[in-house]
Amino acid sequence: MDFQPSDDRRMLRDTLTRFLADRYGFEHRNAVAYSEPYHDPGRWAEMAELGVLHALAPEEWGGIGGAGFDIATVFEALGRALCPEPLLGALMAAWILGAAGAGLDSLLSGDTRYALAVDEAGGAQGIESIATFARRNDSGWVLNGRKSVVYGGGSAARLLVAARAGEALGVFLVDSSDAEITRYGMIDGGGAAELYCDNTPAERIVENGESIIRDALDHGALALCAEAVGAMDASAELLLDYLKTRKQFGRAIGEFQVLQHRMVDLMTEIEQARSITVLAASRMGSDGQSRTVSMAKSLIGRVAQQVAEELIQMHGGIAMTWEYPASHYAKRLVMIDHQLGDTDHHLTKVAAEYRG
Amino acid sequence: MDLNFTTAEIAFRDEVRRFLRDNLPADLSDRVRSGAELGKAEMERWHAILNAQGWLAVSWPVEFGGTGWGPVQRHIFEEECCLADAPRVVPFGLQMLGPVLIKFATPAQQREYLPRILDGRDWWCQGYSEPGAGSDLASLRTRAVRDGDTYVINGQKTWTTLGQHANRIFCLVRTATEGKPQAGISFILVDLDTPGIEMRPIRLIEGGYEVNEVFFTDVRVPVSRLVGQENQGWTIAKYLLSHERTNIAGIGFSVQAFEQVKALARQVRADGSRLVDDPLFAARLARIEIDLEAMKITNLRMLVDAQKQGAPGAEASMLKIKGTVIRQALGDLARRALGPAAAPFPAEALDGNAALVPPDHARNAMKYFNNRKLSIFGGSNEIQRNILTKTKLGL
Ligand SMILES: Cc1cc2nc3c(=O)[nH]c(=O)nc-3n(C[C@H](O)[C@H](O)[C@H](O)COP(=O)(O)OP(=O)(O)OC[C@H]3O[C@@H](n4cnc5c(N)ncnc54)[C@H](O)[C@@H]3O)c2cc1C
Repeated sequence: MDFQPSDDRRMLRDTLTRFLADRYGFEHRNAVAYSEPYHDPGRWAEMAELGVLHALAPEEWGGIGGAGFDIATVFEALGRALCPEPLLGALMAAWILGAAGAGLDSLLSGDTRYALAVDEAGGAQGIESIATFARRNDSGWVLNGRKSVVYGGGSAARLLVAARAGEALGVFLVDSSDAEITRYGMIDGGGAAELYCDNTPAERIVENGESIIRDALDHGALALCAEAVGAMDASAELLLDYLKTRKQFGRAIGEFQVLQHRMVDLMTEIEQARSITVLAASRMGSDGQSRTVSMAKSLIGRVAQQVAEELIQMHGGIAMTWEYPASHYAKRLVMIDHQLGDTDHHLTKVAAEYRG
Repeated sequence: MDLNFTTAEIAFRDEVRRFLRDNLPADLSDRVRSGAELGKAEMERWHAILNAQGWLAVSWPVEFGGTGWGPVQRHIFEEECCLADAPRVVPFGLQMLGPVLIKFATPAQQREYLPRILDGRDWWCQGYSEPGAGSDLASLRTRAVRDGDTYVINGQKTWTTLGQHANRIFCLVRTATEGKPQAGISFILVDLDTPGIEMRPIRLIEGGYEVNEVFFTDVRVPVSRLVGQENQGWTIAKYLLSHERTNIAGIGFSVQAFEQVKALARQVRADGSRLVDDPLFAARLARIEIDLEAMKITNLRMLVDAQKQGAPGAEASMLKIKGTVIRQALGDLARRALGPAAAPFPAEALDGNAALVPPDHARNAMKYFNNRKLSIFGGSNEIQRNILTKTKLGL
C-alpha cells in the first residue's frame, strides 16, 4: 500500500501549483472571476501550454493522463487557488468526445473551449428529467429546448448538449455561434450560461449516450470533490494562521479551547473528505465508480459546508468581507454543492443499492 | 399553564394586523420579501408611517413619545411586522440610543435628540467595534482627550452598519488608561460632518455594502455631547446591550422564512416534480419546523419572565444562539432548494425569459452568505455561550 502520488503526478501538481501562485494570485483571481468573461483567456492558454488539459485525458485519446488520480491532482491544485478557469467543462467534454471516437486535439491544446450542457431549468437533479429534444431535418439535426446553468457555457466555442431523439438520449455538438446564449457570473466567481435551442443546428456525436453522459458526469463530480479538498486545505491554513495571530482578551483566540476543538474537528473532517476522494479516484473505470463518486460528492457536500461556515464563524467579522480571501473560499465551498448533484442527491443514489 | 395570549393581547394583535394591512405599502413589502437591500428613502418612508401612528419607538415610555408597550406586546408587534414583510426598523436610534438617552442623558440632551430620532431628522449609527476590539470590546483604543470644553478624538471604528446613511454616531471612546480597561470608557455623541472624520465602505461577502470603517483624526466634540459621566461608558454599553436583546430570537423572521421555503418546495417544477416530495428535503424542513415551534414557546416563556422582571436575563443568550442557528438553517434550505439555479450572481440580473427562479428567491444564496453575520455580531455565539457558562452554570 502506498498513498504517495507518483513522480509524474507530483511534478504535475508542483508545476500547476507554482503557476497558479505566480500567475493566478488572489487579486488577479478576484479581478477576473467576477467580471466578463469570468475567467482569463490568456491564463487559460498558458495553462494549456503547461499540459494541464492533456493530464485530463488518457493516451489513447491524445492525452497523457486521464486516471482518477490525474484528474484529482489537477483539480485539487485549482481548488487551492480558487481558479475560475472552465476546466470542468473541458474535462467532461473530453470524456464524451473520447468515448465517441471524436478528435480531442483542439480541446487538449486549449484552442477550443468546450462545455457540457445537461441540466435544465426547474427540474429535479439528474439526467432523467431532460426534455430538450432533437429532430432531423433536410440538412441534419436541430435541437429545441433550454439548458440551464451551463458552467463554462459562456466562454465555450462548442457545447455538447444532451438531448432526446425518440427513445434515445444522445449527445449533440452545437457551435456557440448557432445558439442563443445568456452569459452570467456566479456568486462564487467564474461564469455559466443559459443555452436556448430553437431549431438550433447540431451534429449528433453519440446516439445512445446515457452511459457515456453518466461517465462524464462522474468524472466531473470527482473533479469537484478534489477541487473542494484543495479549497478546504487552503481554508484550514488561513483559519489556523488567524487563530494563532488574532488577539482578543489579551491572548491569541487559538488559545480558547472551544475554538481549538472545533479546529481539530474540521481537520478530521477534511481528512475524511480527502480519503473518500482518494477512494473515488481509485475506482474510476471500475464497477464501483458511480456509487463511490456519489459517496464522495455526498460527503464533500456536507463537509465543505461545515468548513465554510466554521471558516467564517471562527474568524469573526473579517471573514464576512469581500477583501479577505476566506469569504471567497467559503462561497466556493458552499456552491460546489450546487453543481452536479448536491449532498442529498448523491446520498439518495448511494442508498438506492440497499433496496436490492 | 395557559399557552394562549390574553383577550387584550389578541385584540392588540388584530389591531396591528389591521394597521399593517391598511398602511404597509405593497412596493415596500415586495422588496422586503425579495430580500433586496432597502435604500435610505424606503427605510425612512416606513419609519414615517409608523411614527404617524405613534408606533415607531416600541421600547420607549409614553412620555418620551414611545408606545410604552411591555415585552409581550412588543413581541406581537414585531412578529406581525415580519409576517407582513414590513421593513425592519433601523435599530440604532430607536432601540439602542433612545433607551440609553432616556436612562442616562440630561433633560436637555433628551429634548435635543429624542424628537429628532422619531421624526427622522437624525440617523444614528453605532461606533463600538474597532479593528482590534471585537469580542473584547473593553480593549477599545479610540482616544478622547479633554481640551477645555471639547474632547479631541483620534482612532478608528469599524463595522459601522448603515453608517453611509447616518448623520450621527454614538461612540465608545477611551477617556482613561489607568485601572481596568472597562473603567476608562465613555459614551459620546458625534456629528459625522465634524472635520477629521472619514467614512469608507466595506464590501461584504455577498457583494453588498452595509458596513463601513470610520476614521477619526483630531475630531473636536463639545463636552456637552458626553452621555452620563466620564468613564461611565461601560455601564451604559451593558445597559444598551440588554435592550438590544429583547427581540433577539428573531422568531418573526424565521416564521416568515419557513413559510417561504415551504411554498417554494411545494411548487410544481417544469418536469412535474416537487421538492417536498424528496424525503430528504422534507425531513430537513420538518426538523427546522420542530425547532422553530419549540423556539416560539421558549421565547414566550422568557418574554413572560422578562415582563415580570422588567428586563431580559442571561437566558436571552440562549435565544440569541438558538434563534440565529434556526435563521441560518432556514437560509441554508432556501439556497439549497434552488439547486444549480442558486448560483448565478447577481441573480436578479437574470429576469424575464432568462429568469431561473421566482423573483422572491433570486437572492437566496446571497442572503445565506450575508446571514452568517447573525452569529457573529451583537456578541458572537461563542461569547453568548461564555456568558451562559458564567451566569447560568456558575463555572
Ligand atoms: C455585518 C456586521 C455588522 C456589524 N455592525 C456593527 C455595528 O454597527 N457597530 C459595531 O460597533 N459593531 C458592529 N459589528 C461588529 C461585531 O460586533 C463584531 O464583529 C463582533 O463583536 C465580533 O468581533 P470580531 O469580528 O472582531 O471577532 P473576534 O472578536 O476577533 O472573534 C473571532 C473569533 O473568536 C471567537 N472568540 C473571541 N473571544 C472568544 C472567547 N473568549 N472564547 C471563545 N471564542 C472567542 C469569536 O466568537 C469568533 O469566532 C458588525 C459585524 C458584522 C459582521
